[in-house]
Amino acid sequence: MWKWLHPYAKTENAYALCNTLLPWFWAGTCVFLSVGVVWGLVFAPQDYQQFESVRIIYIHVPSAILSMGAYVAMAVAALVGIVWQWRTAFMTMIAIAPVGAVVTFVALFTGAAWGKPMWGTWWIWDARLTSELILLFLYIGVIALYGVFDDKQQAGKAAGVMALVGVVNVPIIHYSVVWWNTLHQGASISKVDKPDVADPMLWPLLICLAGFAFFIAAVSTVRLKSEIVRREMHRPWVQKLVSNDGVSSDAI
Amino acid sequence: MQFDSFSEFLHMGGYAFYVWLAYGVTFVALVGIVTQSVLEHRNLLKSIVKEQARQERIKKSKTKSKQTLIDVSE
Amino acid sequence: MSSLYTGVFKRDLTLAFRQKAELLQPLMFLVLVVSLFPIGVGPAPEILQMIGPGVIWVAAILSSLLGMERLFRDDFNDGSLEQLMLSGLNLNLVVAVKITVHWLVSAVPLLLLSPLLSMFLHMTVDMYIALLMTLLLGTPLISMIGAIAVGLTVGVSRGGVLLALLLIPIFIPLLIFATSAVDSAALQLPYFSQLAIIAAMLLLAVAFSPFAIAYSLKVSQN
Repeated sequence: MWKWLHPYAKTENAYALCNTLLPWFWAGTCVFLSVGVVWGLVFAPQDYQQFESVRIIYIHVPSAILSMGAYVAMAVAALVGIVWQWRTAFMTMIAIAPVGAVVTFVALFTGAAWGKPMWGTWWIWDARLTSELILLFLYIGVIALYGVFDDKQQAGKAAGVMALVGVVNVPIIHYSVVWWNTLHQGASISKVDKPDVADPMLWPLLICLAGFAFFIAAVSTVRLKSEIVRREMHRPWVQKLVSNDGVSSDAI
Repeated sequence: MQFDSFSEFLHMGGYAFYVWLAYGVTFVALVGIVTQSVLEHRNLLKSIVKEQARQERIKKSKTKSKQTLIDVSE
Repeated sequence: MSSLYTGVFKRDLTLAFRQKAELLQPLMFLVLVVSLFPIGVGPAPEILQMIGPGVIWVAAILSSLLGMERLFRDDFNDGSLEQLMLSGLNLNLVVAVKITVHWLVSAVPLLLLSPLLSMFLHMTVDMYIALLMTLLLGTPLISMIGAIAVGLTVGVSRGGVLLALLLIPIFIPLLIFATSAVDSAALQLPYFSQLAIIAAMLLLAVAFSPFAIAYSLKVSQN
């Protein structure tokens, strides 16, 4: 069943696959993000409680969902790497990590910018913001651990173990934080509920979600290509690729 | 269309600062990671090209010096 | 065969007691951190009682991070860890023995110190009993999860700060449930469910962490 995947354990095939997929990822990013953002900013209705500030939802919610999604993708790559000893899987894992961290940062920042008009303060220890913050720490931990090893094969394995430990913890952290948050509900700040997402808001939201997903896939693919080239620098196929292809055409 | 004029769109019903701040920082962050990734890939390839050229030069100068040695001995 | 594991146990215990300074320093750190809080926030008993569980737990996590490195560092540096891995002993069991010793020499003194700490922070007897229960269930969890990260960073020079960066986010659920148990005890509410959740996390760690630690040690030995 999984046999079709096996050739991609070889870096050369994985690199070729990256090159095939990348234009589609970029196309998806451009189409979905621009349609979703324009729809969300211009055409979607305002919320009766939050007025125009609700338009932040079209970047906050997709980035929040996909920051978790990217972490899970990273952990799946780590698991594949540890179980089947695939070097490309570890490379994929470390290619996703910085992208996931940036998306997590976006979720945090947009959450804060939404919180200021709604809650009257930039930061509130709201369940979602708190677990996003912890998620950012987990991403930074994986990236930092990868960085301290000189031997990148060893680094991939070590960071992979940490990513797996983290992914077991992500649901525990999330639910414990939600539970902690309901326990310590602050009385001084009147909390406006996140709006129930109605149909005319749902479509642009879903389109933005797809756009962010394509974005993460595209940037991770570019980073994966770099990672493969860096690790396989002295292989004949890389040498050939560079001398034939030149530099400019391969970059994006 | 929810807005009557462009200035009203920019104004965002009084929430302009927060909405545009959120969208602006998101844009900067996303463009930042894309540029960093693409530049990194490009520099990596460039450095490999450079390394190849260096190896080529070393090879050439070696054969050349060998030839001159032969010339001298003749 | 089992005498070999008891041999490892005795050896580790002897070694730990020979390095008394390393055992005592984290405990001194714990007492110092806890005694800083009354000085920092003022000596009012009701405030201290309110922040007490959180303070003790945060200080316990930080001080255990300080002593955590000892778990494999010396054995890694003098090569005896490699010998143990080549010896044909089951590495999972060896690791379990090592964690048990580490828990005995680092967490048990912490448990013995806990009455003093709770007295410093004006905790009631009910709160103290809850604190003791959470520490009993929580410190083995800290040792086991911490050992994974120690195993990964043991070959890295200056791994100390990295260890904190890796581990603190992972200990957050433990902190939440433990402090909430003590808070419930302060309000005379039942806190069995919080203890049950910590126990569940502990069982999960018992089941999986030896494999993760053995794997991470193999990665470090390369």
